[in-house]
Amino acid sequence: MTRAISAGSVGPMTDAASTKEEVLCDHCSLPVPAGLVNPQAEHQFCCGGCESVFNVLHGAGLDGYYGIRDAVAKENQPAASSNQNYEELDDPAFQTACVTNLPGGQCETELLLEGMHCAACVWLIERLPRVCPGVVESRANIRTRSAVVRYAPDQVALSRVARALDKLGYAAHPARGAGAREARKRADRKFLIRVAVAGAIAGNVMLLAIALYGGALSGIEPFWEHTLRYYSMGLGLLSLLWPGRVFFTGAIAALRTRTAHLDIPVALALAVGGLWGSYNTLTQSGEIYFDSLAVLVFLLLVGRWVQHRQQRGAADQVELMLTLTPTSAQRLMDDGTTKRVPIEAVEVGMRVQVEAGGSIPVDGVIESGRTQVDNALLTGESRPVSCTVGDPVIAGATNLGSPIVLTVSAVGDSTRAAKLMALVASATADKAPIVQFADRVAARFVVAVIFLATATFAIWTLRADLRTGIEYATALLIVTCPCALGLSTPMAMSIALGRAAKRGILIKSAAAIEAMSNPTKTRGALILDKTGTLTQGRTRVVQSKCDMALLLAAAALEQHSNHPLARAIVDHAGDGAIPVANDITQTAGAGIEGLVDGHRVYVGSPAFVAERTEFDDNASLLVQGMLDEVLTPVVIADETGRVGVLGIGDPLRDDTVDAVNALKARGWDLHLCSGDHSEIAQQIAWQVGIDHAMGGASPEAKAELVRSLRAQGHERIVMVGDGINDAAAMALSDVGIAVHGGAEAALQAADVYLTSPGVMPIETLCDLGRHTMKTIRIGLGVSLCYNTVAASLAIAGLISALIAAIIMPMSSLSVVALATRPWRRKGEH
Amino acid sequence: MSVILIMIPAAILLAGIGVWAFIVAAKRGQFDDLDTPAIRAVFDDDDVPSSTANGEIYAQSSTGSDAGDAGGDAHSV
Repeated sequence: MTRAISAGSVGPMTDAASTKEEVLCDHCSLPVPAGLVNPQAEHQFCCGGCESVFNVLHGAGLDGYYGIRDAVAKENQPAASSNQNYEELDDPAFQTACVTNLPGGQCETELLLEGMHCAACVWLIERLPRVCPGVVESRANIRTRSAVVRYAPDQVALSRVARALDKLGYAAHPARGAGAREARKRADRKFLIRVAVAGAIAGNVMLLAIALYGGALSGIEPFWEHTLRYYSMGLGLLSLLWPGRVFFTGAIAALRTRTAHLDIPVALALAVGGLWGSYNTLTQSGEIYFDSLAVLVFLLLVGRWVQHRQQRGAADQVELMLTLTPTSAQRLMDDGTTKRVPIEAVEVGMRVQVEAGGSIPVDGVIESGRTQVDNALLTGESRPVSCTVGDPVIAGATNLGSPIVLTVSAVGDSTRAAKLMALVASATADKAPIVQFADRVAARFVVAVIFLATATFAIWTLRADLRTGIEYATALLIVTCPCALGLSTPMAMSIALGRAAKRGILIKSAAAIEAMSNPTKTRGALILDKTGTLTQGRTRVVQSKCDMALLLAAAALEQHSNHPLARAIVDHAGDGAIPVANDITQTAGAGIEGLVDGHRVYVGSPAFVAERTEFDDNASLLVQGMLDEVLTPVVIADETGRVGVLGIGDPLRDDTVDAVNALKARGWDLHLCSGDHSEIAQQIAWQVGIDHAMGGASPEAKAELVRSLRAQGHERIVMVGDGINDAAAMALSDVGIAVHGGAEAALQAADVYLTSPGVMPIETLCDLGRHTMKTIRIGLGVSLCYNTVAASLAIAGLISALIAAIIMPMSSLSVVALATRPWRRKGEH
Repeated sequence: MSVILIMIPAAILLAGIGVWAFIVAAKRGQFDDLDTPAIRAVFDDDDVPSSTANGEIYAQSSTGSDAGDAGGDAHSV
């Protein structure tokens, strides 16, 4: 159906399309490109993926999807089908690693799904049994973008299940590391159980406390009072010893490693309050504090759980990115056929085929074929490298040219990429954790509170007696327990993580927010990797000194080449009418020639063209000018004497200069550190205004730069990068930021992952960090006021358990309210 | 008043049962996913599959795949 847009039509396209008639895709409701509109057809689609998904849904009677989608989806996405055949999932090596056998002959596995984003997706994925017979149940999880699929292996192969999901528009990726995921799940459940138990106990102790306070005001028989106090003690001690145990173990671990930690003052208050309360209960005298203690345990655990959950959400999304890297290889069998096998089943000496545009899965030596390989993720070099028979290639590189066949020389842990990963692991182990703001304050806090408590104890023991001294000192410890730090800090952090995630910044470690907040004070150094961060990360025609006709003639020839420079020229020709070329001869690494419109045209390096035809001094000057700007010059000439020169390079992003200036203004000491050629690095640094530039840097050199910057007194070092070559330096620095499209190793080493390209998100992160730290400081200030008042009352001996029980939740509530302080980014609404 | 001596333990016992039920539910993974059930609630339950649809889609998914999944062809809907 062709939906001409008019007022009141469905979807977000209404405004944009009201002026002209636009055909919308019947699957994803995005506009259909003009060339694909088929006036005869009943349905219109923006791409083949959408068309096949539409047909599948229609055929299975699952049209209900569109009703739900229109009702709930905020944005539309085209279908993400990959059209793989997933036969590697049926390999026994994969099955033992990732599939659980259930009693009754059924199997279960978890698949991460690309393109799942809304309620309608959940609906569709859970109707999988209807599309794919043999699947018993499919349960989607929108948070982790995954589905647990239960199927009968004797009726359906796992590859068929994956293909069915793929046909619904969700490219499936097996969730590897099932053991680690299961362990994490169990840890999460334990955490939640602790929160729930602490909450239940706190509620019940408070009920008992109401009776006790009522009794204290209006009189109560001693028998009932003591009964209620015994019950309070029982429940209070249960809370301290079961859910509250984490504070004691945390404090002991911190003391053992001699690091400051918030658990220390918390554990001190809990221990002293619990012991003195129990003594008072048993001796039937004095105050008990179990209601305050139980509430304290509950609130602190809630704060931690909220932050933990938010952080886990970011980690889960990064994990999905991780699974997108290739996990299978195209094995070339002896009989010439190919078979897709999981990476675990590849062995040294096997032959593996890599298609053009594919990612190279193993280290190997080229056996046949010649191509261009992009090593950017491994070495940082933005220019592709020519490879031919006998040349080694490394896992993680991209094959840009034509299909090649490799003989596998290393797999798994012995590949170059895996060795770099080992470097990352050791660097991570060396890295000192950032002592967070809350912990630093806690360290001073402990000293101050112990001093005050000792003073109170001494004064009142001298003025009155020992019992009064202990009583008042205990009251002081409990009322000054750093609830604001323990509750408002995780709340503020968790809100910040959520705000960042909304803007495409996934933060795995909350410490990153603090580390990014104040570069002036910490003498922060920010190291940027060039490829793909400052620049657009792909070759384009940057300068064109060439008329259109000649450019189109060049594009006609270059259409027949796979070389990245050739693609840049074809892209540059854009929508122009490209003529037909014939009699084409290609000279590898030099150029291409052929007949276009009856004229012989030469395109290639200046040397290549000069050998074949003449070009004037003017053109030579242009070539020299482009070489000076570190562009790759391509000369186009024909036999009639027309000459043009194109400068090809990796251009800067539009917002790079603004973002760099903003970062400088914040006080960051900026460094450019690239694996690219020195002159390119220098040139880019000069263009964007970065003072320090270093080119040709190996992974080891990058890590060394981080060490030397630290030796120079920079307290916070942020490494921004995308490749495996940056991963070691990322792990060594305080904050590692992996930018859009980064390699697996970079994702694992990074604390922050940016889903949108460019440097601007880093600026946003700085702004958010600043705001969040300010919020935390305000929260701390407010709670310090409460604590000062409470401590003075305690020292004066005026505090009772009732006042303590009132002040504590009051301060907690106000700091939590403060943590939600709004943050607005300049230019956002 | 002495009824309190029974009522308080009874109340704590009830709370204990609640906590125990929560722990069992949590250990079985009922709280692993707190986001999707909220979405599931908006679906209607009345989407009964049409009997012809399955065969049709099944045929379709066979055409797209290669000979490698011959094992899957043995079963019927």
